[in-house]
Amino acid sequence: MAAHLSSGRVNLNILREAARKELRVFLDKCAGSKAIVWDEYLTGPFGLIAQYSLLKEHEVEKMFTLKSGRVPPADVKNVIFFVRPRLELMDIIVDNVFRSVGTLHSSRDFHILFVPRRSLLCEQRLKEQGVLGSFVNIEEYILDLIPCDSDLLSMEYESAFRECYLENDQTSLYHTAKGLINLQALYGTIPQIYGKGECARHVANMMLRMKREFAGSQNQILPVFDSLLLLDRNVDLLTPLATQLTYEGLIDEIYGITNGYVKLPPEKFAEKKQGEGSKDLLTERKKLQLNSAEELYAEIRDKNFNAVGAALSKKAKIISAAFEERHNAKTVVEIKQFVSQLPHMQAARSSLANHTSIAELIKEITTSEAFFDNLTVEQEFMTGIDTDKVNTYIEDRIAQKEKLTKILRLMCMQSVCNNGLKQKVLDYYKREIFQAYGYEHMLTLNNLEKMGLFKPQTSSRNNYPTIRKTLKLWMEDANEQNPNDISYVYSGYAPLSIRLTQLLARPGWRSIEEVLKMLPGPHFEERQQLPGGLHKKRHQGENRTTLVFFLGGVTYAEIAALRFLSQMEDGGMEYVIATTKLINGTSWIGSLMDHPASKAP
Amino acid sequence: MKSNTDDEEFWTRSRLGAFDFGPEDEVKESRQAVNQISHMVELNNDDDMQKFSWSGDPVGSISWSVRETELSSQSTEKGVADTPSIIKSNSGYSLTSLFKGKAKGGLPEKNFLSFSDALDDSPVRLHTAEIRNPKFEYKDFTSDWSPEESSRRLQQGKAVPLEKFRSLRDKLSLLDSAISTNDGNVITAVLIHLKRTLSREVLFRELASRPTALRHFIQYLNETGEQKVLLQLLGALGRTEEAALLQYKEHLSITDDNKRRDFLKSCLRLLFSAEDSAHVEDHFTLLERQLMIQATDRQAECGGKLPKRASVLNMPLITTLAYCCFNHYSKPEGNFSSPLNIRQTFKITEKQYFMTALAARAEMKAWPDVDALFTSRKWLGLTRKKPPLSFQRVVDILQKNSAPTQVLQDYVAMVEDAELRISLAQKHNCHDIVINMYRDQKDRLQMIRYRGKVGRGSAEERKIDELLNNMQIRWKN
Repeated sequence: MAAHLSSGRVNLNILREAARKELRVFLDKCAGSKAIVWDEYLTGPFGLIAQYSLLKEHEVEKMFTLKSGRVPPADVKNVIFFVRPRLELMDIIVDNVFRSVGTLHSSRDFHILFVPRRSLLCEQRLKEQGVLGSFVNIEEYILDLIPCDSDLLSMEYESAFRECYLENDQTSLYHTAKGLINLQALYGTIPQIYGKGECARHVANMMLRMKREFAGSQNQILPVFDSLLLLDRNVDLLTPLATQLTYEGLIDEIYGITNGYVKLPPEKFAEKKQGEGSKDLLTERKKLQLNSAEELYAEIRDKNFNAVGAALSKKAKIISAAFEERHNAKTVVEIKQFVSQLPHMQAARSSLANHTSIAELIKEITTSEAFFDNLTVEQEFMTGIDTDKVNTYIEDRIAQKEKLTKILRLMCMQSVCNNGLKQKVLDYYKREIFQAYGYEHMLTLNNLEKMGLFKPQTSSRNNYPTIRKTLKLWMEDANEQNPNDISYVYSGYAPLSIRLTQLLARPGWRSIEEVLKMLPGPHFEERQQLPGGLHKKRHQGENRTTLVFFLGGVTYAEIAALRFLSQMEDGGMEYVIATTKLINGTSWIGSLMDHPASKAP
Repeated sequence: MKSNTDDEEFWTRSRLGAFDFGPEDEVKESRQAVNQISHMVELNNDDDMQKFSWSGDPVGSISWSVRETELSSQSTEKGVADTPSIIKSNSGYSLTSLFKGKAKGGLPEKNFLSFSDALDDSPVRLHTAEIRNPKFEYKDFTSDWSPEESSRRLQQGKAVPLEKFRSLRDKLSLLDSAISTNDGNVITAVLIHLKRTLSREVLFRELASRPTALRHFIQYLNETGEQKVLLQLLGALGRTEEAALLQYKEHLSITDDNKRRDFLKSCLRLLFSAEDSAHVEDHFTLLERQLMIQATDRQAECGGKLPKRASVLNMPLITTLAYCCFNHYSKPEGNFSSPLNIRQTFKITEKQYFMTALAARAEMKAWPDVDALFTSRKWLGLTRKKPPLSFQRVVDILQKNSAPTQVLQDYVAMVEDAELRISLAQKHNCHDIVINMYRDQKDRLQMIRYRGKVGRGSAEERKIDELLNNMQIRWKN
C-alpha cells in the first residue's frame, strides 16, 4: 500500500509506521469492541496513514460520520470520536452524547481523540455543556506531518496561511516546530537551518528552544537531512497566483486534489462498467488516487502539460507492442511467460486509459480561448507589461461576472508585480468589485490588503523588475518538452520560492543579499550541534539532502520544480518537501475570503 | 478609465507565445491506442492493481468503510423507532448529576483517576483537573508549582490547579510563562482563567502590552463568538476601524431583510476609514432601494402589470441595475426604479451602465433601445456616438444575447480594424460584410472560397456569382 513512500531519497515510510504505531497504542487503550465516529475532514488525512484493516485488527467494528443526532446503534463497548479541536464539532459531540442517554447503549464508554492536538478550549466547552465527565479517555493524536508521497509531507493545516499572516495567530507555527522536532527524532538532528521570513525565524527559534529543553536526551540517529530551509509563503506571494502548467498542477487547478485523490467528471471514464446499473451511477464523480505508486503518473505528473501528450502516446506504443507479443508466444513456456506479464500489462493499460481521459479533459480547457486569454494577461503581468494601469481584460471579466476568486487572483497578481497599485487604480478595481459582486466583499479586500496581496503603492519605486531580473524569474525561451530550467513549470515564469532554494544551494545567498533585503522578513542561518561521531562522512559525488518547508502552503508546480532540481545531474542536491498545506491560487485566495461564495445569495 | 484604442489594442495585440500546442495531437494518438488495446484483448475492468468501489474510494480505505458501515446500519436502524431524546436544551438542569447517577458510577472513579494521574505522571493523559472537575479539592495537592512548572505541566496535559494563582502579580507571571511556551493551547487555558478572575479593564490593559497573548485572546473570543467582549477589547485598544468592520460583518448573519437594512443603517455611525464608510453607505442605500423596488413590483405583479420576477433583494448593484433595465427601462429619471436614477445615485461609470443596459435590452430583443444607446441627442439633432467600449465587445455582448444576424452586422460593420472586422463577420455569418470587403479588396480567390460557405441557392450565393461575373471589376488575382 505504501511501498512508494520508501522509494525516495529519504524513507518516509518510517514516519508513517510511527504514526500507525501511535494509533494502535491508542486503540488498545480502549479495550473491547469499538465504533469510531469520524470528523469527516479527517478521513482523508488518515487514509494516508492507515487502511480500515488496521482499525479492524484492533476491534473497530463500525465507523460513522460525525453528525447531530444519535450515534447509529452499534453493539460495541466503546465509541470513539476522532475530531479536530473545533468548538462546532464539540457541540455535535455533546448532542450525540445526550441522545445516547437512556438508550439501549447507554452503558457504552465514550472517548475523544483530538487530531492533531487536543484543546483545552474544547474541553472547556464540553465541561460547560456537562458532558466532559462522560469521556473515559481524552487524548491527542499528533498528526503533524503526513507523508503524501515519497518526497512530500503536508500538515494539511488548511487555515495556516490565514492564521499566520492575517490573524497573527502562530498556533500553526508551534505545530510546525513540534512536527520538525518529531521528525528529527526519527531522522536525526538537521545540522543546518536556513530561513527567510518572519514565520521562518519564529519556527527556527522555537525549534532551537525545544531542542535545548530536551538537551538531556541526545539524539543518536545519524542525520538523514543535511539542511532545512524554512520559507515564508509571503516571501513569494506571486507564485501561487499564477496558473500552474504542469500536469499535476493543472489537475489541481481544474479539479482540485485532496489528500491524494481527485474527483473527475464521470463521462470520460464510463467505458464498460458492465453489470453495474449505469445511469444514476454516472452522475457521481469518478474518484482517482494520484501518487508515485503509479508508474505512469510518476513519469508525467511534473511535466509541462504540453509535453504530456507525447509521453502518453509513447507509452501507448510500448503497451500496444507488449500486447502484440501474444502473437509471438507459440510455445507453452512463452504463453506462460506472456500470461504472467498480463496483470502488470493490464494495470499499465488501465493507468494509460485513465490518464488519457484526464489529459483529454484538461486539454479541452487549456485549448479554450478563455484559458489562453487569462494566461496571456498573467504572463504580461509577470513580465511587467502594463501593471500600472487598469487592465481591460480584468474589467471585461468583471462585467461578465467571472468567478470572483479568478478576478481576485489576477488583480492580486497585478498588484504584486507592481509592488502595489496606484490609489486611483486600486479604488477603481474596488468599486468595480463591490458594484458587480456586492459590498460585503469589502471584508475580503480588506484581508487581501492586510496580507499585502492587493495594496496601495507605498513608495514610488517598484522593485519587482529588479527582483525579476536578478533572480531570472522570466525566461524567454522556456523549453516545455525538454526543460533545462525550472521556468518550464509555468511556461516561462520561474517560481521565486524555488529560485531562492536553488540559489541557496549554489552559489549561496550571499550572492543575492540585495534582493533578499527587498523581500519581507529576515534571512538567517543556524547550526545545530551534533553529538560527536554523528558527522556524516560524505562519499565523493554523493548528493546532499535538503528539507524545504513552505510555511503557509506550496503548489504542485513548485514541487515539480524542486523535483526537477533534484534530478539535475550536476545539481548535487536532493529535496524533500514539507508544507502546512498543498494549495493552488483558487483555494488560497478562497481561504482569505470573508464571504465565501457559497453564502452569496 | 481606459480609452477605446487601448481596448482595441488589447484584442489585436500579438500574444506572448508560451504554452502553445504543437501541430500533432498526441493526446488523440494515445486515445486511439487505448481504444485499440481494449479491442485486442478481452478485458474485464476489474484489473486495476487496487480495487476501487465505483464511488472511487479504494476498497478498504477509511472513507470507503465509513460509507459501507453507514449504509448497512441505516437498514438496521429502520426498524428501530427514533428514541425520544431526553434532553434537548441546555436549560437549567445539570447533566453532571445525570451522569453521576450512572450505574457505573463514572465520576468518582474519574476523580480518582485524575488525582492519581496528577501525582504519578502516568501515561494516561487526563489533563487539567481544574477544567475536568472544578469541585476538586486542590488543597489535597502537596505540590506548589511555580508559574513555569505549571505551564510546562499544562503543556504536557497534566492537571494544574490554576486557582492557586490569586494575586494579579501571580496571574501575570503565570501568563508570561505560558507565553514563553509558545503553545497556544496553554496560553488560551491561562487566558480563560484570567478572563474569569480579572476585571475587563485590568485584563485589557495587561493584554495591550503582551501582543502574543492578545492575539490568542482575540482568537479565543472569535472562536467562542463573544462578539461583545471582542468589540470592547478592540475599542479599548483604539483599534476602531477593525471593530467597525467586525460589527459590519455581522450583517451577513441577519436573514430578515428589513432588519438587515436597519442594521446597516446603524453601522453608518461606526468609525470606518473614510473609504470604507462610503462603501457601507452605498450598501445601505442599495438595500433600502431594493426594498422599495421590491415592494412596488410585488404590487404590480399581483395586479398583473408585471410578470413574476426573481427577487432583487441583496443582489449586487450591477445586477440590480440589470433588473431595472429589464423591468423599468422607460421610467422617467425621477422614478426610483429607473435605471438612470440608479446610475445617478450610485455614480455608475458610463461603461458599466452601457454594458448592462446593452445586454439587458438585447436580451429583451428591444433593438430600437439598443440602437438608441449609440446615438445622442445634440442640439443639431441625433448624432452617432462612440460607445465606451470597443465594437468587438458590443458584438460579443449582442451575440451572447442571441441577437439576429441583421442586428449583428450593423455593429460588425463598425469595427475599425479591417482584419478583425472580416474575421468577426465570418464568425457571425454576416455574409454581406464579407462579400463587400472581398469585392473592395478585389480578392477573387477569397471570394470563390467564401462561396462554399454560404447557403446553396441563397441570395448571398447569387450576389457572389453576380460579382464574379462582373467584367468591370479588376480582380487582383
